[in-house]
Amino acid sequence: MKFGIVTFPGSNCDYDAFHAVTDSLGQEAVYLWHKDHDLKGADVIVLPGGFSYGDYLRAGAIARFSPIMAEVVAHARRGGPVLAVCNGFQVACEAGLLPGALLRNASLKFVSQPVYLRVEHKSGVFMQDYAEGDVLKIPVAHGEGRYTADADTIRALEDQGRVVFRYTNAHGDREPSANPNGSLNDIAGIVNEQGNVLGMMPHPERVVDPLLGSPDGLALFESVLGAVAA
Amino acid sequence: MTQTTQTTTRTVEPRPGDPKITPALVAEHGLTPDEYDRLVKMLGRTPTFTELGVVSALWNEHCSYKHSKNVLRTLPTKAPHVLQGPGENAGVISIGDGIAIAFKIESHNHPSAVEPYQGAATGVGGILRDVFTMGARPFAMLNSLRFGSLDSARNQYLFSGVVKGVGDYGNCVGIPTVAGEIVFDSAYDGNPLVNAMCVGMMREEELITAKAEGIGNPIIAVGARTGRDGIHGASFASEDLSEASEAKRPRVQVGDPFTEKLLLEASLELIRSGHIVAIQDMGAAGLTSSSAEMAARGDVGVTIDTARVPVRETGMTPYEILLSESQERMLVVALKGREEEVRKILQKWDLAAEVIGEVIAEPVYRITEGDRVVAEFPGTELVSQCPMYDVPAAESDEAKQRRAVNVDAIAERPEEKDPAWTLEQLLSTPTIASKRWAYNQYDSTVRTNTVIGPGGDAAVLRVRGTDKAIAVKTDCNGRYVYLDPRVGGRIAVAEAARNVACTGARPMAITNCLNFGNPKRPEIFFQFKEAVGGMGDACTALGTPVTGGNVSLYNESPTGAVYPTPVIGMVGLVDSLAHITRSTFKEEGDAVILLGDCTAEIGGSEYLATIHKTVAGAPPQCDLAQERNVIETVLEAIRSGVIASAHDCSDGGLAVALAECVMADREQMLGADIDVSAWDALPLRALLFGEAQGRIIVSTSNPDAVIAIADRLGAKARQIGTVRSLASGFTIKCASTTLRAPTERLARAYHDAIPTIMGASVQGLAAEQAEGVAL
Repeated sequence: MKFGIVTFPGSNCDYDAFHAVTDSLGQEAVYLWHKDHDLKGADVIVLPGGFSYGDYLRAGAIARFSPIMAEVVAHARRGGPVLAVCNGFQVACEAGLLPGALLRNASLKFVSQPVYLRVEHKSGVFMQDYAEGDVLKIPVAHGEGRYTADADTIRALEDQGRVVFRYTNAHGDREPSANPNGSLNDIAGIVNEQGNVLGMMPHPERVVDPLLGSPDGLALFESVLGAVAA
Repeated sequence: MTQTTQTTTRTVEPRPGDPKITPALVAEHGLTPDEYDRLVKMLGRTPTFTELGVVSALWNEHCSYKHSKNVLRTLPTKAPHVLQGPGENAGVISIGDGIAIAFKIESHNHPSAVEPYQGAATGVGGILRDVFTMGARPFAMLNSLRFGSLDSARNQYLFSGVVKGVGDYGNCVGIPTVAGEIVFDSAYDGNPLVNAMCVGMMREEELITAKAEGIGNPIIAVGARTGRDGIHGASFASEDLSEASEAKRPRVQVGDPFTEKLLLEASLELIRSGHIVAIQDMGAAGLTSSSAEMAARGDVGVTIDTARVPVRETGMTPYEILLSESQERMLVVALKGREEEVRKILQKWDLAAEVIGEVIAEPVYRITEGDRVVAEFPGTELVSQCPMYDVPAAESDEAKQRRAVNVDAIAERPEEKDPAWTLEQLLSTPTIASKRWAYNQYDSTVRTNTVIGPGGDAAVLRVRGTDKAIAVKTDCNGRYVYLDPRVGGRIAVAEAARNVACTGARPMAITNCLNFGNPKRPEIFFQFKEAVGGMGDACTALGTPVTGGNVSLYNESPTGAVYPTPVIGMVGLVDSLAHITRSTFKEEGDAVILLGDCTAEIGGSEYLATIHKTVAGAPPQCDLAQERNVIETVLEAIRSGVIASAHDCSDGGLAVALAECVMADREQMLGADIDVSAWDALPLRALLFGEAQGRIIVSTSNPDAVIAIADRLGAKARQIGTVRSLASGFTIKCASTTLRAPTERLARAYHDAIPTIMGASVQGLAAEQAEGVAL
């Protein structure tokens, strides 16, 4: 299977996503330049983290106008899997692939640390290899990760089981100190209605190798592998 | 081409509108009358305003090393694995498998004192460029920071501004910030130290230097446009800080990490393309220094037309264009005929490239503005004829007296009856306490190589595609250097080596950032000479040559000079990923062994500074043979697979180091039963809190094997206790008393100290501000 990893000017987690796919998953990966107009036959698209266009204006606000994004949106509308991580999540929200927005962290500081996520629902193509209630250890590294949306949207996300990851403590219990950025309802990751687009602030591509502390992100990639192959 | 050739220098008419050269203008440019005479002699005439500007930029301390070079020459710089020693943008060593590591440390002290955020950010930007212009992809950042006491609001502001500046820049470019050190001491009031280190990796054949070559080759300005910011920044860095420094805030440059990221990618692509012969950052003293240095290294002439330099604003004079320190710019020498290819690569990254000059056969450094020559210097004399000084060095009587103080006579405070009180005080002193508040603002895991990140003895990063890893660390205890510069210089190197070795890495080479006061004061120059001498002693003994570095002098504020602070940036090599070792205890029941020995020394300790507000006495001795044996022992034991953890024993002494072993990792806290009653002849406070050098605490399931290795390699080793469960707490049994404390209490002292001072912790604040929506 082929993963297409989008490189915007200022992307800096494209390399990590590339190596997670090729080294740890053993699959093919190709970089997609932001000025490109085709997806080079990729089955799964990754919108990686970083600071696209310097995050000037607003995180993700300019990247959504890149030529490649029209292709990514079309791919998503066809039901193609899209994994949007960190800055990619912000781009996906700006592009309308996911609802809501990501605001400055409540602390007003960049936050880089491992956090714990509880798997809330096995919704969509990226979640199949997890079990509900699993607690994962995955790093966050962002300045604007405070998920927000209007109350109706939040309610819809919750009711439809589209909040797939929530910040918790190591035991899987919600507590204020476990939320690194002030996200509403401790939301760390959501999917679209069809379940083919996943947006999350934590970095699963950084934890696919036990040497680096935790392999908890690997199942996410394996899930989509199984889903697309099936 | 170094002899004076004034007869060949042409007459250069003053440019209309430029100020007239007067003694006052010369003085304003920081040139002494002697230096000005030297310039006139070199030119055979009065310089133009542009020429005066160029010389003031190149002959200031920051660019010329005129007070330090003769001393730096004494450092050992050679070893078979050193591919590039001092004199280039960064040093380079080989780690085998055809892989090379480029690394360098640099200061940005003065800018950070007046504008902490931009000062620190542009410091990070500059050192990144120094590394990627060698052809290496940056893969780790470190920073070594010094501030005045955290009790003052001003220092809290500087601390949070610098941390944010370091973080925002590195995070955006996408290079993990993995290690460093932060020290708080009133010696740095008014003059914080901000030293940034970058480590990069490349294939050996990708190494490129900044040497202009090839007559007729075009010189190309690449990256951001040139503006009026940072003019005379390098000169600003070459004077003492004063009340007036605040007015020099415009000399601080403004960073743009997004452009830096593009420049990084474009530069590496350029270097790999084979279209260019040399590349250099336009850093301190901008276009002037980069072009003059490249010409001098290649021993060629150059001509630069300032009218062709892409500028940000209209009406800039040649003087301003030459001296601007606008960030994110590079100077490239391309192969003749490849200009279009170079431009195409830069266009891909939305960056500008403009041919602004040429390498010429005529031995001259010539600046034009269109057709008009505005500056011309013979040959490479601008660089080679820079004045060098051997100034007097003499230790002050005050310093001798300070060292001679009998610190053993200082009476204990009543609270010290309970050594647990003293331990908690030390753990919560900001210099020792956890720096998580700072490093949680640094992305330390991007690029997915970080095996051990901030908070360990050293950071460890895997080398993808091999079984190897690199360990990196910065170190310096300025208080020791202040009390005894030679011993302090030795300890800085030895401690960095020990830290790296504790992670399983063999110390390979160092870079250094020498932060001192005004060298024209004999007592300061004495500190400089002796500290460099001490560093050299240790580098020779430990086999870690110096591959480059940076000198920052004039670190003085109205309250006096900072502690002499020669920061060491050490790189070590882990031969196998299986050898990577952490500092905290792992297993209940493991034996705890102390490598090295305890002494009665308390001079210069954190204990005296924190508990008794005293900075005096002789710092601990540094026996380099013992240091080497201890390092060899820990490495051999790690390689034999018998070590569970290894932690350097430094600030705060044995008790602090042991406490860190049980609670530095707050998610995996343990307890320990320690017994040091064997050292019953030592005073209790020296045993627990003295900072005897050459000591490492290891935990092991096989104490006999560790002790046998130590015996064989000539290091002292003694089992001092056992790792226990968290519930059983932390005890140190001494001959006269026993220190007891629950691990959680020590953890609170250590982890909560800085967040408490800096306001609510990051997480706590986030929680307060989060508004929930009912499920």
